[in-house]
Amino acid sequence: MEVFEGKSSFKGVAIGKIAEMKKAETVVRRTHVDDVDAEIARYHKAKEQAQAEIGELHDKAMKEVGEAQAEIFEVHAMFLDDFDDSVENIIREQNVNAEYAVATTGDNTAAMLAAMDDNPYMQARQTDVKDVADRVIRDMSEGGGEANTFTENVILVADDLAPSETVQLDKDKVLAFVTRQGSTNSHTAILARTMSIPALCQTPVTKDVDGKMGIVDGMEGKLIVDPDEATLEKYTKAAEAEAEKKRLLKELKGKETVTKSGRKIKLYANIGGIGDLNFVLENDAAGVGLFRSEFLYLQSNDYPTEEEQFKAYRTVAEMMAGKEVVVRTLDIGADKQVDYFKLDKEDNPALGFRAIRICLTREEVFKTQLRALYRASAYGNIDIMFPMITSVWEVEKAKAICEEVKDELTAQHIPFKDVPIGIMIETPAAVMIADELAELVDFFSIGTNDLTQYTLAIDRQNQHLERFFNAHHPAVLREIQMTIEAGHRHNTWVGICGELGADPELTEQFVKWGIDELSMSPSSILPVRQIIRNMD
Amino acid sequence: MKKLKYTVTDPKGMHARPAGILAAAAKEYDSEITVSNGTDEVDMKKILPLMGLAVSKGDDLIVTLDGPDEDAAADAVAKALKENF
Repeated sequence: MEVFEGKSSFKGVAIGKIAEMKKAETVVRRTHVDDVDAEIARYHKAKEQAQAEIGELHDKAMKEVGEAQAEIFEVHAMFLDDFDDSVENIIREQNVNAEYAVATTGDNTAAMLAAMDDNPYMQARQTDVKDVADRVIRDMSEGGGEANTFTENVILVADDLAPSETVQLDKDKVLAFVTRQGSTNSHTAILARTMSIPALCQTPVTKDVDGKMGIVDGMEGKLIVDPDEATLEKYTKAAEAEAEKKRLLKELKGKETVTKSGRKIKLYANIGGIGDLNFVLENDAAGVGLFRSEFLYLQSNDYPTEEEQFKAYRTVAEMMAGKEVVVRTLDIGADKQVDYFKLDKEDNPALGFRAIRICLTREEVFKTQLRALYRASAYGNIDIMFPMITSVWEVEKAKAICEEVKDELTAQHIPFKDVPIGIMIETPAAVMIADELAELVDFFSIGTNDLTQYTLAIDRQNQHLERFFNAHHPAVLREIQMTIEAGHRHNTWVGICGELGADPELTEQFVKWGIDELSMSPSSILPVRQIIRNMD
Repeated sequence: MKKLKYTVTDPKGMHARPAGILAAAAKEYDSEITVSNGTDEVDMKKILPLMGLAVSKGDDLIVTLDGPDEDAAADAVAKALKENF
């Protein structure tokens, strides 16, 4: 048994025979040519063929792995277009063959990218440039590369995999990728994540593993070659459990979240940035129940502009393609501090200047965000939600500012939709006056983390208070029930977006009380869907 | 000759595909178009040198346009920058 350690880009276990990727070695010789024009013409002919091939790969990738993966071939086509000057120059100046000129151009460009030390993304593009150069060189010589066809499912080991190689593989037969080079930014790693199979890079595997039994452990980043029986048994069990989980989730994906008696619940996802959207779609959320807009402010050194915010909200609205997206307006203060807001130090920040209180005090900051949100509303199905509400006037004032923004946009002929407005119920005060608040808004979303903290007067970070803390405290549960009932008396839908929303012990209770929506981290969605589908 | 200035706002900086979109936009015009990050100046019609500029968020770019259609080119380049960077 031998173990090789590498960097993992997808968690999971794969067990199977190892196959070493066969590569057509392209050896380029430098030869002298007299007729440089003929040589340049030969290059252009090969280039044309290469462009056609890249076009075909693009279409194949589009069909098999989707647009995001296919884009790399558009980039390849543009790389190749850029080769002309350098290749022609080398042929003309040095009286050399086209193969040598293309190889040199490819190497020089790769070296330029390799030198970008602080930019791993650009460094990873070396593989792409070399892939393009190799293709043109191949097209100038006779015969193609050796085909990699497999008769059984394999763990594929290679030095590195070029995008064109991965796209040509029979992907149904690949259990995992292991490369000696490459990075977690490389195309192979991205593809592996899309395919949900384990992949390791920078793994120093020896050259003698072809045909041996192997295990890829994506959790620990290990390739185990010739495992002993105990190891094999351990991983077989793990792989089976994982397959069972995957099967279950696949079965639940695309299914409605509905009880046996036919009550439908909206299962939404909580996200903190655009990067989370992949997980939202992967886990089949019916919408986004809490989009924390703070990330735009936290990642910035100055107030994000209307344009920057508009771009982000529009992207989310478009990617969710008409599904509901609830955006919570700025919720900073307390534990989330941003320097450029220049907020005073407070003795008691949880009870201090935060969230809607900042927005109603610094109206210009609030208005910028609202303008961006209303502009983005034209591109999808956006809802706006205000955090930390304790009084009726706060909601009235926030809504009045929304009206001002809408009037401005109308006057400027900028399109927007009449966005549903909701509030977070996260203070005991809001629960007590839920009937009055419900008359003003389209929906409530209960933020159970803050609601619990404010109701029990317990700081959850304080470890001395652990024995006094009860996540299922009857006071909090009663508040949730009261909020649902109050909302429904006024035709206001009610959801939960705090941690309790994903608590499997409470799901049935919430559904019985009549909850309309539960919003949670993407990975909790399918397990909760299963609970609801098993309810009467 | 025309010059325009742009400050990169995209947190990812210059990735391959947006660089390609920018190069493609520049290629539509006859004018010579170069872009500089203060230290290096490259042909905007070529994706590889553009990527080589290693632009990141907050960088100031100066685009220089020279030729018969420089006005139209400046508009197109400004639009491509704004949408992709």
